[in-house]
Amino acid sequence: MRNGRRGRRVKGFVNQQAAQKIRKRSKTWKLMKKNWLLYMFLLPAALYIAIFHYGPMYGLQIAFRDYKAVNGIWGSKWVGLKWITTFMDTPRFWMIFKNTLKISLYSLISFPFPIILAVFLNNVRNVRRKKFVQTVTYMPHFISTVVLVGMLSLFLSPRNGIVNMLAGLFGGPTDTYFMGRADYFSHIYVWSGIWQSMGWGSIIYVAALTGVDQELHDAAQVDGANKLQRIWHIDIPSILPTIIIMLILRLGSIMGVGYEKVYLMQNSLNITSSEVISTYVYKMGLQDQRFSYSAAIGLFNNVINFIVLIIANKTADKVSGSSLW
Amino acid sequence: MQRMIRTRGRSANRIRQSWDNRLFDALANTFLILLTIVTLYPLWFVLVASFTDYKLINAGTLLLYPRGFQVAGYKMVFADWRVWTGYANTLFYTVCGTAFGALVTILAGYAFSRKDLPGSGILMKLFIFTMYFGGGLIPTYLMIKNLGLLDTRLLMILQGSVSVHNVIVVRSFMRTNIPDELLDAATIDGCGNGTFFMSIVMPLSKAILAVMVLYIAVSHWNSYFNALIYLTDRYKYPLQVFLRQILLQTAENHELAEDVEAVMEMQQMVATIRYSIIVVSTAPILCLYPFIQKYFVKGVMIGSVKG
Repeated sequence: MRNGRRGRRVKGFVNQQAAQKIRKRSKTWKLMKKNWLLYMFLLPAALYIAIFHYGPMYGLQIAFRDYKAVNGIWGSKWVGLKWITTFMDTPRFWMIFKNTLKISLYSLISFPFPIILAVFLNNVRNVRRKKFVQTVTYMPHFISTVVLVGMLSLFLSPRNGIVNMLAGLFGGPTDTYFMGRADYFSHIYVWSGIWQSMGWGSIIYVAALTGVDQELHDAAQVDGANKLQRIWHIDIPSILPTIIIMLILRLGSIMGVGYEKVYLMQNSLNITSSEVISTYVYKMGLQDQRFSYSAAIGLFNNVINFIVLIIANKTADKVSGSSLW
Repeated sequence: MQRMIRTRGRSANRIRQSWDNRLFDALANTFLILLTIVTLYPLWFVLVASFTDYKLINAGTLLLYPRGFQVAGYKMVFADWRVWTGYANTLFYTVCGTAFGALVTILAGYAFSRKDLPGSGILMKLFIFTMYFGGGLIPTYLMIKNLGLLDTRLLMILQGSVSVHNVIVVRSFMRTNIPDELLDAATIDGCGNGTFFMSIVMPLSKAILAVMVLYIAVSHWNSYFNALIYLTDRYKYPLQVFLRQILLQTAENHELAEDVEAVMEMQQMVATIRYSIIVVSTAPILCLYPFIQKYFVKGVMIGSVKG
């Protein structure tokens, strides 16, 4: 008798679950029908992403094939990892790999600059002065890469550049061809990047700093903490989650040296330190038409990026509890 | 400078600062002043140099204001057909691309902000994945080639107009600024999705629309690599591609100069022409920028909301 009751109860429960499922499904269906217009809203963006992002991802398989345009993607022969090993066997591989890594790692020093700027800006009490500094430092962000590199080559020109002129004032040589020197390339690249993006990068930290609890500052002040101590023990810990998120994003592009600026700054004299994976991909692929080979190199680079991003995200999650996903 | 000293005096009167705080202030302010100079001077120099006598420029003179005022550089720039063609093309791509991009982004951002849309979560994940992984240059090129979009103006308008980051920014904005209660109330009143979007969402979203328009417009104005890769017809080139030729490639354009003397003069004036063209190409954005700055900052701030 007891058993029977339990059986009935279990049966009832199962029925209930099934009914709930059906109800939920029909509710979903109803919602979808009611909101059909919203799906239309999503359609153009979804098409765009499909064509410009997922289409190429599908085409990425040519990295493992011997792509010939006449055969199409599917008709081309599968060659496995041939292209990646070809790339690793080229004499220039280590040079390109090292350059990419060197410029990427060197670029990381730009990371703290926006934070320092934000902390200093936060210290300015005069609103108009703060606004002025912000307006000025955001400005270079809006200059195009072409113009930035154009300005660099004008200022650093060995014939009439102001940098050489300044060097002359301090007794240095006045005819250094900075843009043509392989040993200066990474410095020019990284420091002009800091010049261009430091102010813009600080916005996010300035915003985070305005959310810091003022009572903490008041309490610390009563306890006799000076400004530097308060920044170190209150401000920085408060904006740490923001800092970590930005750092993860930054690490995710560790090998992603953009080709735009590097390509513009390249010339035959500095090529030994300015050839990076992305510019090599461009040259092999679009100038020499070696599609499969260069797609494979691009993939090699992307995969490294993606792995670093995942590791950085995991580590950040474990160490500090903040992560991207 | 004097004003700054005065404000410092005032704050010192209000609270007696200890020496270590004063030292910190001094260091911080010195840093900010130096940074302002380092940021502003190169821009100022470009402007000044574009109006300065080319002999002084070629001698490598440090300038604080235009000397030997002249506009010969600008005359040369405006006599170059590439500048006019490039400007017209850039304007066309920027206007059309921005209109298209802003529309698509706002529509998608709004739809993603709704919590009662089955399947949108998965779609969002698919969108976000493309921020971290992509096919890369060559597969994208082949895709575009297969679509028959190589060397078309349509591609220049479409490509780069929609970015997942912008969609997320719009979604965050809509989630915080359009309360669910509003939708509930409107639904009870018999208002459908279309009417709700047009008559309630859009008027409340002017700020984010401005942010999107500006973001997309600036990225179109400044982009050059897509044109470099996908365009072969130079009458379709945007300004940035011509800028690259004029600023960075040593082979100068001699189409304008028939005789040797004119060529000689052109070579003398290369630097001045370059400074002038930087001003001509960048002035529109930098002049508008102080007025629209707050919208840009707003965009960054909304974008920083995790979600």
